[in-house]
Amino acid sequence: MSGTGTRMLRAEKDEKGVEVKEVLEDIQRWRSEGKRVALARVVGVEGSGPRLPGATMVVSEAGEVAGSVSGGCVEGAVVSEALEVLASDGPPRMCTFGYSDAEAFAVGLTCGGTLRVFVEPLDW
Amino acid sequence: MAGRSGCSWSPSIGDTVSTLFDALAAAIGTERPATLAEVVEGPEELLGRKLVLLAGNPPEVLGTLGDEDLDRVVTRDVEGALAAGSTVTRHYGRHGEARGREVSVFIESFAPPPRMVIFGAVDFTAALARVAKILGYRVTVCDARPVFATRARFPMADEVVVSWPDRYLAEVGEQLGWRDAVCVLTHDPKFDVPAIVAALATRVGYLGVMGSRRTHHDRLARLREAGVGEEELSRLMSPIGLDIGACTPEETAVSICAEIIARRSGSQAPSLRDREGPIHRKAMLAREPT
Repeated sequence: MSGTGTRMLRAEKDEKGVEVKEVLEDIQRWRSEGKRVALARVVGVEGSGPRLPGATMVVSEAGEVAGSVSGGCVEGAVVSEALEVLASDGPPRMCTFGYSDAEAFAVGLTCGGTLRVFVEPLDW
Repeated sequence: MAGRSGCSWSPSIGDTVSTLFDALAAAIGTERPATLAEVVEGPEELLGRKLVLLAGNPPEVLGTLGDEDLDRVVTRDVEGALAAGSTVTRHYGRHGEARGREVSVFIESFAPPPRMVIFGAVDFTAALARVAKILGYRVTVCDARPVFATRARFPMADEVVVSWPDRYLAEVGEQLGWRDAVCVLTHDPKFDVPAIVAALATRVGYLGVMGSRRTHHDRLARLREAGVGEEELSRLMSPIGLDIGACTPEETAVSICAEIIARRSGSQAPSLRDREGPIHRKAMLAREPT
Protein backbone atom coordinates (compact mmCIF):
# COMPACT_ATOMS: atom_id res chain seq x y z
CA MET A 1 0.00 0.00 0.00
CA SER A 2 1.33 3.46 -0.83
CA GLY A 3 2.68 5.51 2.02
CA THR A 4 3.39 2.57 4.28
CA GLY A 5 6.80 2.67 5.81
CA THR A 6 8.68 2.48 9.06
CA ARG A 7 10.25 5.70 10.21
CA MET A 8 12.33 6.87 13.10
CA LEU A 9 11.71 10.35 14.33
CA ARG A 10 12.60 12.25 17.42
CA ALA A 11 10.02 12.75 20.15
CA GLU A 12 9.74 16.40 21.08
CA LYS A 13 6.92 16.44 23.57
CA ASP A 14 4.40 14.15 25.09
CA GLU A 15 0.89 15.44 25.39
CA LYS A 16 -2.55 13.92 25.39
CA GLY A 17 -4.01 12.94 22.04
CA VAL A 18 -6.55 15.21 20.41
CA GLU A 19 -9.91 13.81 19.42
CA VAL A 20 -12.07 14.61 16.41
CA LYS A 21 -14.40 16.82 18.43
CA GLU A 22 -11.57 19.18 19.30
CA VAL A 23 -10.76 19.92 15.66
CA LEU A 24 -14.34 20.28 14.37
CA GLU A 25 -14.16 24.08 14.49
CA ASP A 26 -10.94 24.15 12.50
CA ILE A 27 -12.45 21.82 9.90
CA GLN A 28 -15.57 23.96 9.60
CA ARG A 29 -13.50 27.14 9.25
CA TRP A 30 -11.19 25.75 6.59
CA ARG A 31 -14.09 24.27 4.68
CA SER A 32 -15.97 27.57 4.80
CA GLU A 33 -12.83 29.17 3.32
CA GLY A 34 -13.07 26.67 0.46
CA LYS A 35 -9.96 24.77 1.48
CA ARG A 36 -9.66 21.03 1.13
CA VAL A 37 -8.82 19.14 4.31
CA ALA A 38 -7.07 15.85 5.10
CA LEU A 39 -7.88 13.82 8.20
CA ALA A 40 -5.26 11.69 9.97
CA ARG A 41 -6.39 9.35 12.74
CA VAL A 42 -4.47 6.92 14.93
CA VAL A 43 -6.12 3.56 14.22
CA GLY A 44 -3.62 1.28 15.88
CA VAL A 45 -1.19 1.40 18.79
CA GLU A 46 0.98 -1.60 19.53
CA GLY A 47 3.38 -1.90 22.41
CA SER A 48 4.01 1.11 24.58
CA GLY A 49 2.75 4.35 23.13
CA PRO A 50 1.29 7.49 24.59
CA ARG A 51 -1.57 7.73 22.08
CA LEU A 52 -4.91 6.03 22.07
CA PRO A 53 -6.69 5.03 18.87
CA GLY A 54 -8.81 7.93 17.66
CA ALA A 55 -6.19 10.65 18.25
CA THR A 56 -6.74 13.03 15.35
CA MET A 57 -4.88 15.61 13.30
CA VAL A 58 -6.32 17.63 10.44
CA VAL A 59 -4.34 19.43 7.74
CA SER A 60 -5.69 22.00 5.28
CA GLU A 61 -4.36 22.18 1.74
CA ALA A 62 -2.77 25.49 2.75
CA GLY A 63 -0.68 23.59 5.28
CA GLU A 64 -2.54 24.63 8.41
CA VAL A 65 -2.54 21.99 11.12
CA ALA A 66 -4.83 21.29 14.08
CA GLY A 67 -4.81 18.43 16.54
CA SER A 68 -2.15 15.85 17.18
CA VAL A 69 -1.52 12.17 16.59
CA SER A 70 1.67 11.53 18.48
CA GLY A 71 2.78 14.31 20.76
CA GLY A 72 5.49 15.36 18.36
CA CYS A 73 7.39 12.29 17.31
CA VAL A 74 5.67 11.69 13.97
CA GLU A 75 3.70 14.90 13.44
CA GLY A 76 5.92 16.24 10.68
CA ALA A 77 5.74 13.02 8.69
CA VAL A 78 1.97 12.84 9.05
CA VAL A 79 1.58 16.42 7.78
CA SER A 80 3.67 15.52 4.71
CA GLU A 81 1.53 12.44 4.06
CA ALA A 82 -1.66 14.48 4.44
CA LEU A 83 -0.48 17.17 2.01
CA GLU A 84 0.52 14.46 -0.46
CA VAL A 85 -2.90 12.85 -0.26
CA LEU A 86 -4.51 16.23 -0.96
CA ALA A 87 -2.09 17.23 -3.73
CA SER A 88 -2.34 13.92 -5.56
CA ASP A 89 -6.10 13.67 -5.08
CA GLY A 90 -5.13 10.14 -4.13
CA PRO A 91 -6.78 7.37 -2.13
CA PRO A 92 -6.56 7.12 1.65
CA ARG A 93 -3.35 5.59 2.96
CA MET A 94 -2.16 3.79 6.05
CA CYS A 95 1.12 5.03 7.53
CA THR A 96 2.96 2.85 10.00
CA PHE A 97 5.52 4.31 12.35
CA GLY A 98 7.51 1.81 14.31
CA TYR A 99 10.24 1.86 16.89
CA SER A 100 12.19 -0.85 18.56
CA ASP A 101 12.99 -0.22 22.20
CA ALA A 102 16.75 -0.21 21.59
CA GLU A 103 16.45 2.24 18.70
CA ALA A 104 14.02 4.32 20.67
CA PHE A 105 16.60 4.94 23.36
CA ALA A 106 19.17 5.78 20.72
CA VAL A 107 17.12 8.70 19.42
CA GLY A 108 15.59 9.70 22.74
CA LEU A 109 12.04 8.50 22.13
CA THR A 110 9.89 8.15 25.21
CA CYS A 111 8.00 5.18 23.85
CA GLY A 112 8.56 1.93 22.02
CA GLY A 113 5.86 0.32 19.93
CA THR A 114 4.12 1.00 16.66
CA LEU A 115 1.73 3.74 15.67
CA ARG A 116 -0.61 3.27 12.72
CA VAL A 117 -2.12 6.40 11.24
CA PHE A 118 -4.84 6.40 8.56
CA VAL A 119 -4.65 9.49 6.34
CA GLU A 120 -7.53 10.41 4.03
CA PRO A 121 -9.05 13.38 2.25
CA LEU A 122 -12.03 14.70 4.22
CA ASP A 123 -14.35 14.52 1.24
CA TRP A 124 -17.14 12.54 2.84
CA MET B 1 -18.02 8.83 -1.47
CA ALA B 2 -15.60 10.15 -3.99
CA GLY B 3 -16.85 13.73 -4.05
CA ARG B 4 -13.76 15.78 -4.78
CA SER B 5 -15.14 19.08 -5.92
CA GLY B 6 -14.95 22.07 -3.63
CA CYS B 7 -18.70 22.27 -3.15
CA SER B 8 -18.95 18.92 -1.39
CA TRP B 9 -16.83 20.42 1.38
CA SER B 10 -19.14 23.18 2.40
CA PRO B 11 -21.04 22.79 5.64
CA SER B 12 -24.65 21.70 5.43
CA ILE B 13 -27.02 24.26 4.03
CA GLY B 14 -30.40 24.90 5.58
CA ASP B 15 -31.76 22.11 7.70
CA THR B 16 -30.45 19.20 5.64
CA VAL B 17 -27.28 17.35 6.54
CA SER B 18 -25.25 17.15 3.35
CA THR B 19 -22.53 14.63 4.14
CA LEU B 20 -21.66 11.73 6.39
CA PHE B 21 -19.08 13.92 8.13
CA ASP B 22 -21.66 16.66 8.77
CA ALA B 23 -23.96 14.07 10.34
CA LEU B 24 -21.14 12.76 12.52
CA ALA B 25 -19.99 16.27 13.47
CA ALA B 26 -23.56 17.25 14.37
CA ALA B 27 -23.88 14.17 16.59
CA ILE B 28 -20.56 14.84 18.32
CA GLY B 29 -21.51 18.50 18.76
CA THR B 30 -24.80 17.63 20.42
CA GLU B 31 -23.28 14.75 22.43
CA ARG B 32 -25.49 12.20 20.71
CA PRO B 33 -23.47 8.97 20.93
CA ALA B 34 -22.18 7.96 17.51
CA THR B 35 -19.85 5.32 16.11
CA LEU B 36 -17.87 5.56 12.89
CA ALA B 37 -16.70 2.39 11.13
CA GLU B 38 -14.18 2.78 8.32
CA VAL B 39 -12.27 0.35 6.12
CA VAL B 40 -8.62 1.19 6.83
CA GLU B 41 -7.04 -1.83 5.16
CA GLY B 42 -8.31 -4.07 2.39
CA PRO B 43 -9.14 -3.99 -1.32
CA GLU B 44 -8.51 -0.53 -2.78
CA GLU B 45 -12.14 -0.06 -3.82
CA LEU B 46 -13.24 -0.45 -0.18
CA LEU B 47 -10.51 1.66 1.40
CA GLY B 48 -11.98 4.64 3.25
CA ARG B 49 -15.57 3.40 2.95
CA LYS B 50 -17.63 4.26 6.01
CA LEU B 51 -20.66 3.43 8.08
CA VAL B 52 -21.94 5.78 10.78
CA LEU B 53 -24.35 4.70 13.51
CA LEU B 54 -26.14 7.37 15.50
CA ALA B 55 -27.63 6.40 18.87
CA GLY B 56 -31.38 5.84 18.86
CA ASN B 57 -33.87 3.06 19.20
CA PRO B 58 -33.15 1.60 16.72
CA PRO B 59 -29.85 3.34 15.87
CA GLU B 60 -29.74 5.36 12.66
CA VAL B 61 -27.39 3.83 10.06
CA LEU B 62 -25.73 6.07 7.46
CA GLY B 63 -23.27 5.23 4.68
CA THR B 64 -22.09 1.89 3.38
CA LEU B 65 -18.90 -0.15 3.20
CA GLY B 66 -19.78 -1.04 -0.36
CA ASP B 67 -20.91 -4.61 0.23
CA GLU B 68 -24.31 -5.62 1.55
CA ASP B 69 -23.09 -8.66 3.48
CA LEU B 70 -20.12 -6.80 4.94
CA ASP B 71 -22.45 -3.96 5.98
CA ARG B 72 -24.75 -6.36 7.80
CA VAL B 73 -21.97 -8.04 9.80
CA VAL B 74 -20.12 -4.82 10.58
CA THR B 75 -23.32 -3.01 11.59
CA ARG B 76 -23.89 -5.64 14.27
CA ASP B 77 -20.39 -5.07 15.68
CA VAL B 78 -20.79 -1.30 15.43
CA GLU B 79 -24.04 -1.49 17.42
CA GLY B 80 -22.11 -3.25 20.19
CA ALA B 81 -19.35 -0.63 20.11
CA LEU B 82 -21.91 2.18 20.17
CA ALA B 83 -23.58 0.73 23.27
CA ALA B 84 -20.27 0.30 25.10
CA GLY B 85 -18.70 3.53 23.82
CA SER B 86 -15.72 1.42 22.73
CA THR B 87 -13.10 1.81 20.02
CA VAL B 88 -11.64 -1.25 18.31
CA THR B 89 -10.23 -2.58 15.04
CA ARG B 90 -11.95 -5.67 13.60
CA HIS B 91 -11.07 -7.91 10.69
CA TYR B 92 -13.48 -9.53 8.24
CA GLY B 93 -13.54 -11.43 4.99
CA ARG B 94 -14.36 -9.56 1.78
CA HIS B 95 -18.08 -10.17 2.41
CA GLY B 96 -18.02 -10.06 6.20
CA GLU B 97 -16.85 -13.62 6.80
CA ALA B 98 -15.98 -13.92 10.49
CA ARG B 99 -12.73 -15.76 9.89
CA GLY B 100 -11.49 -13.61 7.05
CA ARG B 101 -8.86 -10.91 7.39
CA GLU B 102 -8.96 -9.22 4.00
CA VAL B 103 -10.74 -6.18 5.39
CA SER B 104 -9.74 -4.23 8.52
CA VAL B 105 -12.38 -1.92 9.90
CA PHE B 106 -11.55 0.76 12.48
CA ILE B 107 -14.58 1.26 14.69
CA GLU B 108 -14.48 4.44 16.76
CA SER B 109 -17.10 5.55 19.23
CA PHE B 110 -17.71 9.17 20.01
CA ALA B 111 -19.37 8.98 23.37
CA PRO B 112 -20.27 11.92 25.56
CA PRO B 113 -17.85 12.56 28.44
CA PRO B 114 -18.08 10.19 31.41
CA ARG B 115 -20.02 11.53 34.35
CA MET B 116 -19.08 11.98 37.96
CA VAL B 117 -21.88 12.54 40.44
CA ILE B 118 -20.66 13.85 43.80
CA PHE B 119 -23.08 13.67 46.70
CA GLY B 120 -22.38 16.11 49.50
CA ALA B 121 -21.52 19.78 49.07
CA VAL B 122 -18.51 19.71 51.41
CA ASP B 123 -15.01 21.15 51.22
CA PHE B 124 -13.64 17.97 49.61
CA THR B 125 -16.27 18.28 46.89
CA ALA B 126 -14.81 21.38 45.27
CA ALA B 127 -11.34 19.81 45.05
CA LEU B 128 -12.72 16.55 43.66
CA ALA B 129 -14.81 18.41 41.10
CA ARG B 130 -11.71 20.30 39.96
CA VAL B 131 -9.57 17.20 39.52
CA ALA B 132 -12.44 15.32 37.83
CA LYS B 133 -12.78 18.19 35.34
CA ILE B 134 -9.11 17.84 34.45
CA LEU B 135 -9.78 14.18 33.67
CA GLY B 136 -12.66 15.08 31.37
CA TYR B 137 -15.64 14.21 33.55
CA ARG B 138 -18.94 16.00 33.39
CA VAL B 139 -19.36 16.77 37.07
CA THR B 140 -22.61 17.04 39.01
CA VAL B 141 -22.65 18.14 42.65
CA CYS B 142 -25.79 17.11 44.49
CA ASP B 143 -26.82 17.94 48.05
CA ALA B 144 -30.23 18.31 49.69
CA ARG B 145 -29.21 21.49 51.52
CA PRO B 146 -29.81 24.60 49.38
CA VAL B 147 -27.49 26.69 51.57
CA PHE B 148 -24.50 24.53 50.61
CA ALA B 149 -25.38 23.33 47.13
CA THR B 150 -24.82 26.62 45.30
CA ARG B 151 -23.17 27.52 42.01
CA ALA B 152 -21.09 30.10 43.85
CA ARG B 153 -19.43 27.38 45.92
CA PHE B 154 -18.92 25.00 42.99
CA PRO B 155 -18.30 27.12 39.91
CA MET B 156 -16.15 24.33 38.42
CA ALA B 157 -19.02 21.82 38.41
CA ASP B 158 -21.10 21.40 35.27
CA GLU B 159 -24.22 21.11 37.35
CA VAL B 160 -25.21 21.81 40.95
CA VAL B 161 -28.40 20.08 42.02
CA VAL B 162 -30.40 20.62 45.20
CA SER B 163 -32.03 17.28 45.80
CA TRP B 164 -31.90 14.20 47.96
CA PRO B 165 -29.33 11.82 46.43
CA ASP B 166 -31.77 8.93 46.06
CA ARG B 167 -34.32 11.18 44.36
CA TYR B 168 -31.68 12.51 42.00
CA LEU B 169 -30.51 8.99 41.13
CA ALA B 170 -34.11 7.92 40.54
CA GLU B 171 -34.06 10.54 37.76
CA VAL B 172 -30.64 9.99 36.19
CA GLY B 173 -29.43 6.61 37.50
CA GLU B 174 -30.55 4.84 34.34
CA GLN B 175 -28.02 6.90 32.33
CA LEU B 176 -25.02 5.89 34.45
CA GLY B 177 -22.71 3.18 33.07
CA TRP B 178 -19.32 1.59 33.55
CA ARG B 179 -17.42 4.76 32.56
CA ASP B 180 -19.17 6.87 35.18
CA ALA B 181 -18.47 7.45 38.85
CA VAL B 182 -20.54 8.19 41.94
CA CYS B 183 -18.69 9.61 44.95
CA VAL B 184 -20.57 9.87 48.22
CA LEU B 185 -18.91 12.49 50.41
CA THR B 186 -21.88 13.30 52.64
CA HIS B 187 -20.54 11.73 55.86
CA ASP B 188 -24.06 11.60 57.18
CA PRO B 189 -25.99 8.32 57.47
CA LYS B 190 -29.24 10.15 56.85
CA PHE B 191 -27.99 11.02 53.35
CA ASP B 192 -25.39 8.41 52.51
CA VAL B 193 -27.32 5.19 53.19
CA PRO B 194 -30.15 6.07 50.76
CA ALA B 195 -27.56 7.48 48.31
CA ILE B 196 -25.55 4.24 48.34
CA VAL B 197 -28.64 2.04 48.05
CA ALA B 198 -29.79 4.09 45.05
CA ALA B 199 -26.32 4.08 43.48
CA LEU B 200 -26.08 0.29 43.84
CA ALA B 201 -29.24 0.03 41.76
CA THR B 202 -27.38 1.65 38.82
CA ARG B 203 -24.70 0.20 36.55
CA VAL B 204 -22.21 2.90 37.59
CA GLY B 205 -18.63 1.68 37.20
CA TYR B 206 -17.16 3.30 40.30
CA LEU B 207 -18.90 3.86 43.60
CA GLY B 208 -16.73 5.43 46.29
CA VAL B 209 -17.82 6.45 49.77
CA MET B 210 -15.90 8.74 52.08
CA GLY B 211 -15.41 8.18 55.78
CA SER B 212 -13.04 6.81 58.37
CA ARG B 213 -12.72 3.06 58.82
CA ARG B 214 -15.01 3.32 61.83
CA THR B 215 -17.62 5.27 59.86
CA HIS B 216 -17.26 2.68 57.13
CA HIS B 217 -18.00 -0.18 59.52
CA ASP B 218 -20.99 1.59 61.02
CA ARG B 219 -22.25 2.30 57.54
CA LEU B 220 -21.85 -1.31 56.44
CA ALA B 221 -24.06 -2.35 59.37
CA ARG B 222 -26.70 0.21 58.38
CA LEU B 223 -26.59 -0.92 54.76
CA ARG B 224 -27.02 -4.55 55.77
CA GLU B 225 -29.98 -3.49 57.90
CA ALA B 226 -31.36 -1.80 54.81
CA GLY B 227 -31.20 -5.15 53.04
CA VAL B 228 -28.05 -4.68 50.94
CA GLY B 229 -26.36 -8.01 50.15
CA GLU B 230 -22.64 -8.82 50.46
CA GLU B 231 -22.09 -8.94 46.71
CA GLU B 232 -23.48 -5.44 46.34
CA LEU B 233 -21.42 -4.21 49.28
CA SER B 234 -18.29 -5.47 47.54
CA ARG B 235 -18.88 -2.81 44.85
CA LEU B 236 -18.26 -0.05 47.39
CA MET B 237 -14.84 1.57 47.37
CA SER B 238 -14.92 2.59 51.00
CA PRO B 239 -13.04 4.21 52.58
CA ILE B 240 -12.69 6.04 49.29
CA GLY B 241 -9.36 6.53 47.50
CA LEU B 242 -5.89 5.07 47.05
CA ASP B 243 -3.57 4.79 50.03
CA ILE B 244 -1.17 7.60 49.12
CA GLY B 245 -1.24 9.38 52.44
CA ALA B 246 -3.55 12.14 51.22
CA CYS B 247 -4.53 14.78 53.81
CA THR B 248 -5.87 17.91 52.17
CA PRO B 249 -9.03 18.03 50.06
CA GLU B 250 -6.84 18.41 46.95
CA GLU B 251 -4.65 15.41 47.81
CA THR B 252 -7.75 13.38 48.61
CA ALA B 253 -9.21 14.33 45.24
CA VAL B 254 -6.07 13.02 43.52
CA SER B 255 -6.27 9.83 45.57
CA ILE B 256 -9.92 9.30 44.58
CA CYS B 257 -9.34 9.98 40.90
CA ALA B 258 -6.25 7.76 40.90
CA GLU B 259 -8.37 4.98 42.38
CA ILE B 260 -10.98 5.44 39.65
CA ILE B 261 -8.28 5.12 36.98
CA ALA B 262 -6.75 2.09 38.69
CA ARG B 263 -10.11 0.32 39.00
CA ARG B 264 -10.92 0.95 35.37
CA SER B 265 -7.52 -0.26 34.18
CA GLY B 266 -7.47 -3.24 36.55
CA SER B 267 -4.21 -2.03 38.09
CA GLN B 268 -3.12 -2.76 41.65
CA ALA B 269 -1.67 0.75 41.53
CA PRO B 270 1.85 0.18 42.81
CA SER B 271 4.53 2.77 42.06
CA LEU B 272 5.98 2.63 38.56
CA ARG B 273 9.45 2.26 40.08
CA ASP B 274 8.52 -0.95 41.84
CA ARG B 275 7.31 -2.85 38.82
CA GLU B 276 8.26 -3.78 35.29
CA GLY B 277 6.36 -3.70 32.03
CA PRO B 278 4.98 -0.98 29.80
CA ILE B 279 4.00 2.38 31.29
CA HIS B 280 1.10 2.85 28.86
CA ARG B 281 -1.17 -0.10 29.41
CA LYS B 282 -3.65 -1.70 27.07
CA ALA B 283 -6.29 -1.74 29.78
CA MET B 284 -6.36 2.05 29.66
CA LEU B 285 -7.71 2.00 26.14
CA ALA B 286 -11.29 3.16 26.01
CA ARG B 287 -12.71 -0.29 26.38
CA GLU B 288 -15.10 -1.90 28.80
CA PRO B 289 -13.30 -4.24 31.20
CA THR B 290 -14.50 -7.81 30.80
